[in-house]
Amino acid sequence: MAISSQEVIALIKIGIPDATVTITDMAGDGDHYRADIVSPSFTGKSRVQQHQMVYDALGSKMGSELHALSIKTSES
Amino acid sequence: MSQEQIFDRIKKDVTENDVVLYMKGTKIFPQCGFSALVANILNMLGVDFISVNVLEDDEIRQGIKDYSNWPTIPQLYIKGEFIGGCDIVKEMFESGELQEMLTDKGITLQVAS
Repeated sequence: MAISSQEVIALIKIGIPDATVTITDMAGDGDHYRADIVSPSFTGKSRVQQHQMVYDALGSKMGSELHALSIKTSES
Repeated sequence: MSQEQIFDRIKKDVTENDVVLYMKGTKIFPQCGFSALVANILNMLGVDFISVNVLEDDEIRQGIKDYSNWPTIPQLYIKGEFIGGCDIVKEMFESGELQEMLTDKGITLQVAS
């Protein structure tokens, strides 16, 4: 089961409202994306914590419909 | 096993071994691109590490995700601390932060010259 990049962006923005999200479809199968996420709310957080914020936003999708999501986070 | 027993076993593995990689497959025969990438980085740095093949143990495969509150595999632990998955380890390797962290924590690297 695939997931659209719009849905990935929407989910991340619900969880991290001030995020700017750019999605790259790595394999064209709706299953392997790379997400570049810029958000001031990452400030002061470790990489692990930043990525956990993204995973929390994606909820149960991560590891089910979304098999592979490469994440790059930055504060600005 | 109960979740408590699973967590105890994970805690034991990550504290008794300096570097532990929970991965799909083994460090010689990785069975997933993301797991292979992290294993290869550690092999390239000549780091002595143990790998735990989550494909052989469903309880650990789910347990490790609960233990670290991290939904994916691979997962790298150094001196008991969760360092990250494929993206973070790759980023840290490329910036040199991983090498620095390993050395700071007294782990020898045998980078092939």
